[in-house]
Amino acid sequence: MKRLFSIRRAVAGDLDAVIALDRLSTGAPKPDYWQGVFSLYVTSGRNNRVFLVAEADGALAGYIVGEIRAWEFGSPPCGWVTALTVSPQAREMGIGKEMFEEITLLLKQEGAATVRTMVDRDDKLTLSFFRSLGMRTGRYIELELELD
Amino acid sequence: MKLNKASLFALFAVLELASDPERQLSTSDIADKYGISTHHLAKIMRNLVQEGMVRAMRGAGGGYRFAGNINRTTLLDVIQLFERLESDLDMPQLGDHASDPIVAELQSVSSEIDDLTKAVLDTITLATALKSSRLRAEAAAQNKNP
Repeated sequence: MKRLFSIRRAVAGDLDAVIALDRLSTGAPKPDYWQGVFSLYVTSGRNNRVFLVAEADGALAGYIVGEIRAWEFGSPPCGWVTALTVSPQAREMGIGKEMFEEITLLLKQEGAATVRTMVDRDDKLTLSFFRSLGMRTGRYIELELELD
Repeated sequence: MKLNKASLFALFAVLELASDPERQLSTSDIADKYGISTHHLAKIMRNLVQEGMVRAMRGAGGGYRFAGNINRTTLLDVIQLFERLESDLDMPQLGDHASDPIVAELQSVSSEIDDLTKAVLDTITLATALKSSRLRAEAAAQNKNP
């Protein structure tokens, strides 16, 4: 069966489309944030930082961002997926799964034996999605404190 | 985590039936496979039929088939048909109000645990649980025949 989308590394020219897709998904425009991410992940030329995009019908259909993090919270080097979005118009095509598999392959090539992510407890859809790919609750517990 | 027998048996039945939605299984088929009471399971199956999760098949052989959506039904959906997952700390009701802060703290901790438990169970669909089970079976088979 012909795949209806393609996945590639992000390039500088993808910035506006990523900002737009993120705004569509979250409702919050973050141009400065994504400018910063692009400078670290897209134009820095570092293999341990990965930014992939998916294209369908000539338009950006999704993106995934990840990297190797070493020794944070006492953890040996491991892969992290820090952002994943698929356009609402492009869901249920396997884009999220393919992007995840592609990025975990790249992170593994850079030495990661584990990949982690963090998801809001109330985001059932995203939690279910990552679990469907084999992810399970990890050994680290996220703790937080409201600063009054 | 403690589940009552009804929830556990329901999970066995739903997962077994969902693993092959085209297949019909009787209560005894499922009870024998999991080593559980046929009589107890029969009551569970009637509940599952009422909730629309399984369908009772008429005709020769009878039995049940899965009737839900394996990508949308979660383990919590099944469990909540048979029990509440909120912890019941059985706090005494007649204590001095001076005990309220400690009672409230323990209830808060208990709530935190309940929220985490639900967040896990409500994000594991039947499809995900079955996929994971298949991988376990394959790994076990490989270990037996390296």
